[in-house]
Amino acid sequence: MTLLEEPIRALARRLRARELSAVELAQEALGRIRALDPAIGAYLRLTPELALEAAARADQALARDPAGASPLCGIPVAYKDVLCTRGVETTAASQILRGFVPPYSATVVERLERLGVVPLGKLNCDEFAMGSSNENSSYQTTRNPWDAGRVPGGSSGGSAAAVAARIACATLGSDTGGSVRLPASFCGVVGVKPTYGRVSRYGLIPFASSLDQIGPLTKTVEDSALVLTAIAGRDPRDSTSVEAPVEGILGQLGAGVKGLRLGIPKEYLKVGIDPSVRSVFDQAAATLERLGAELVEVTLPTTEFALSAYYVIAPAEVSSNLARMDGVRFGPGFEGDTSLREAYDSARHRGFGEEVRRRVTLGTYALSSGYYDAFYLRAQKVRTLVARDFERAFTEVDAIISPTAPTAAFELGERTGDPLAMYATDILTLPANLAGISGISVPAGFAAGLPVGLQVLGPYLGEATCFRVAQSMEEEAKVWRQLPPLSRVTA
Amino acid sequence: MSAAGESAWEAVIGLEVHAQLLTRSKMFCSCRADYLGLPPNSNTCPVCLGLPGSLPVINAEGVRLTMRTALALNCEIPDFTKFDRKNYFYPDLPKGYQISQYDLPLSRAGWLEFEVEGRTVRAGITRVHLEEDTGTLHHSGEIQHAAFSLVDLNRAGVPLMEIVGEPDLRSPAEARAYLATLRQLLVYIGVNDGNMEEGSLRCDANISLRPPGQEELGVKVEIKNMNSFRSVQRALDFELLRQAEVLDQGGRLIQETRGWSELEQRTVSQRTKEEAQEYRYFPEPDLPPLLISRAEVEMVRSQLPELPAARRARFQSQYQLAEAQARLLTGRPGDSAYFEVVVGAGVPPQLAANWQLGDLQGLCNAANLEVGESLVKASALAELLKMVDAQEITTRVAKEVLAQVFEAGGSPAELVQSRGLSQLSDPDQIASLVDQVLPRQAKAAADYQAGNDRALAALVGAVMGLSKGRANPEVVNRLLRERLPRSGG
Amino acid sequence: MSRLARLGLSGEELEKLAAQLDVIVAAVASLSAADISEVEATAQVGELRNVTRADVPAPGLSAEEALSNAAAQSAGFLRVPAIQ
Repeated sequence: MTLLEEPIRALARRLRARELSAVELAQEALGRIRALDPAIGAYLRLTPELALEAAARADQALARDPAGASPLCGIPVAYKDVLCTRGVETTAASQILRGFVPPYSATVVERLERLGVVPLGKLNCDEFAMGSSNENSSYQTTRNPWDAGRVPGGSSGGSAAAVAARIACATLGSDTGGSVRLPASFCGVVGVKPTYGRVSRYGLIPFASSLDQIGPLTKTVEDSALVLTAIAGRDPRDSTSVEAPVEGILGQLGAGVKGLRLGIPKEYLKVGIDPSVRSVFDQAAATLERLGAELVEVTLPTTEFALSAYYVIAPAEVSSNLARMDGVRFGPGFEGDTSLREAYDSARHRGFGEEVRRRVTLGTYALSSGYYDAFYLRAQKVRTLVARDFERAFTEVDAIISPTAPTAAFELGERTGDPLAMYATDILTLPANLAGISGISVPAGFAAGLPVGLQVLGPYLGEATCFRVAQSMEEEAKVWRQLPPLSRVTA
Repeated sequence: MSAAGESAWEAVIGLEVHAQLLTRSKMFCSCRADYLGLPPNSNTCPVCLGLPGSLPVINAEGVRLTMRTALALNCEIPDFTKFDRKNYFYPDLPKGYQISQYDLPLSRAGWLEFEVEGRTVRAGITRVHLEEDTGTLHHSGEIQHAAFSLVDLNRAGVPLMEIVGEPDLRSPAEARAYLATLRQLLVYIGVNDGNMEEGSLRCDANISLRPPGQEELGVKVEIKNMNSFRSVQRALDFELLRQAEVLDQGGRLIQETRGWSELEQRTVSQRTKEEAQEYRYFPEPDLPPLLISRAEVEMVRSQLPELPAARRARFQSQYQLAEAQARLLTGRPGDSAYFEVVVGAGVPPQLAANWQLGDLQGLCNAANLEVGESLVKASALAELLKMVDAQEITTRVAKEVLAQVFEAGGSPAELVQSRGLSQLSDPDQIASLVDQVLPRQAKAAADYQAGNDRALAALVGAVMGLSKGRANPEVVNRLLRERLPRSGG
Repeated sequence: MSRLARLGLSGEELEKLAAQLDVIVAAVASLSAADISEVEATAQVGELRNVTRADVPAPGLSAEEALSNAAAQSAGFLRVPAIQ
């Protein structure tokens, strides 16, 4: 139906075989976006000129050195709008950054550009990545390509929807409490949260500095492995980034699950998982067992406190990270005759949406004297316990599996009135952020016609294990061969 | 004038000094650290500008220089230290927080000894920590009536060391001496340029009063905006009087921040920064902590240069100089280095000291230069003084040559040679000069023979003048006396 | 607290927010049940230490680039309402 249905390696082969050009591929992508995105709302802005220029350069690079060019050369991609792109407006889906044109690009963007990707545009998300449904964007709504009345998940909802609707071959999102894995699950695509430090955060507009990681969203596991391999690696500009080998991620992809011990945390199954989601998960687990994995029950006792710890640490860090949004060096200016204090207040009041204000206030509270010990410090200690739980579990098993989310995609507007209910969406994903370990969501099946993802968690720097389990799952479930309703261009 | 004794209150003073470090780049990014004189906002990058998505990276040299300072101040350096965020809103603070150090600073618990009013005082140093400087604010028009403030971020991110002193100082004079000694130390060890006018060295003070003998501290007032040693002392003098007056009348003092007004010569209450005390410190998540090995501490310690007090003592013992001269020569590290080059070339220390502190320093002061900045290279001064020492030229000629070299540089030996300025000692030649002078100075000659010793000076001067200063004064003296015998011996 | 956060919330917004925060804070208070005696806080995962760079200057942004997003400028400076 469309070239964008094909995995990256297949497209790479076609490009080198001159069956198509990168420019043609880019045009196909842009055409599909124009036809389909009005109903989906994944893109905040398109960069067609940049795309076609990059595609032309990619064609030249492929002609010059087809063997040496990266598999990503000429591949159309898009970035969550929390990633700075030099010369292209970057808003983090917030009004306070309306019109902000960064004079620099994020490291991950630079790395991909050097390999010759074709940048299609910037993707919608929850404002400053805060949210689980993408409904906190201050610009537009993004709809789930499987059901337009439902959320795509958040906060990288645009990134997931674009891949699901085949209007990008790969996208980058960011994951702080599940913001890549969750929308990947809701939209039936693959989403990765790398080990903390694996991928440079330089140029990522931060939410929670100690939890954020940039990760790919793609149709297939191999595509994600290709993208992750390309963006990973120590960056001198990010002091929290680590140097770690990436060869195993692609190298072990086809190793299968035979002989692997897969842990199922008993606490995760107790969190009120929708029966149809549970059913998909049980089937997935059974499949993996059939393929040769050993299923083991593990315990992560601190799970009950993880949600609370997260909702102290993340708001605390973001309240500080957003302090620089003062309207002075960027953002809306000050109107009329105001005092400095009024100017700050007014710029931030107009510029920040309700969820952002809620979390910034909560975070400010958690850090203030008198509350610091009871909240922030305590949460950081609980975090140590969460990390230790995983360390202990990983001495017994090679990877941990669970549903990515307690439910499939819910309806637009269903949880916006109840912050706590919204926060609970992340309950299965956020512990991995607290511990800094690696995680991936791979489509495992459907519940009432909606995609359900299997989450695979690996130890610190253990992506290779996560990916190979996910690959096995994908080969069995083959969800990526099915296309959502909103991905069909009606003539 | 010390008010403390008069009003029977004991002053308790502690100084907080901020010193910019002499690194080449900023503390958390690679922009230049020397920002003075650059067009506004031309020395920034996404990091120090606080653009969304930027991240800090620690400058290793900033850490080393702070460790060096800590060791020079006899502080303890812990195994583990980290940075924290200090959160507050101000236009010169682009990120809305300053990266600083809160509970686990780079060093603690040291001391500084200084001299004041003939006593040696040891004041405690609470801590020395590392942080980043803010941008600068300028006001359009008079500060009270300005409609706008203008922000320049060239300085934002420059490494700043904060040296917090214990409240061990008991008078404004002690505070001034502490500050002067600290400044000298920082310049000596090469971490700061000591410039208070340009703001690379800043000082705030905390002062409170209490009845003598009481342990409990009184209400503390913070004083800011003192831009020189003199204003530090004056501000504290003023504040001491102000507080004493309030207390004498049975009033109560407010814990506040006051700014020193150089114009009005008084402290003025300042509106404190909004919620200034609520900084919500938490560990900086973007910067991993630092583990400091004892080996590294020892390496920094071994690289400490000779400190002022030690150098002063050495100059006295090694060069047999008086304390006052030693103090002057070691006041600035450049001056002491200069001196040692001169002496190292073979000039007797006392001679070198006299000339460096006398004639040369005089020329330099008039031109607002340090001796090392003048055109008289240390080697040139040595050359000159060796000629003086060997009596190859007279003192008078030497002064002239020095002045010439000061103006235009060059080699004193060549100047003496080319202008034929070498000392004239041949008795026959001097005798012929004497013969020329005596007829013209008959009165002076007669006065001298009549018993007036001072008249000889005029005769000597005349011979010297005739010889263009070259005649050996001793020989002139001797010949004149021989020619003009006095009756009665 | 919202004053510290510089959000300029209206009275009505404050009330609504306060009510929501009360609920969240109550939920988060469950943290107090966790046994954290003898536990170190984790400010960052990964045990990284001593990440520094050499003291070498490098070119940054031009003044135009630095000011390119500022709403109010004056003669190369950023302009803000006066500090009182």
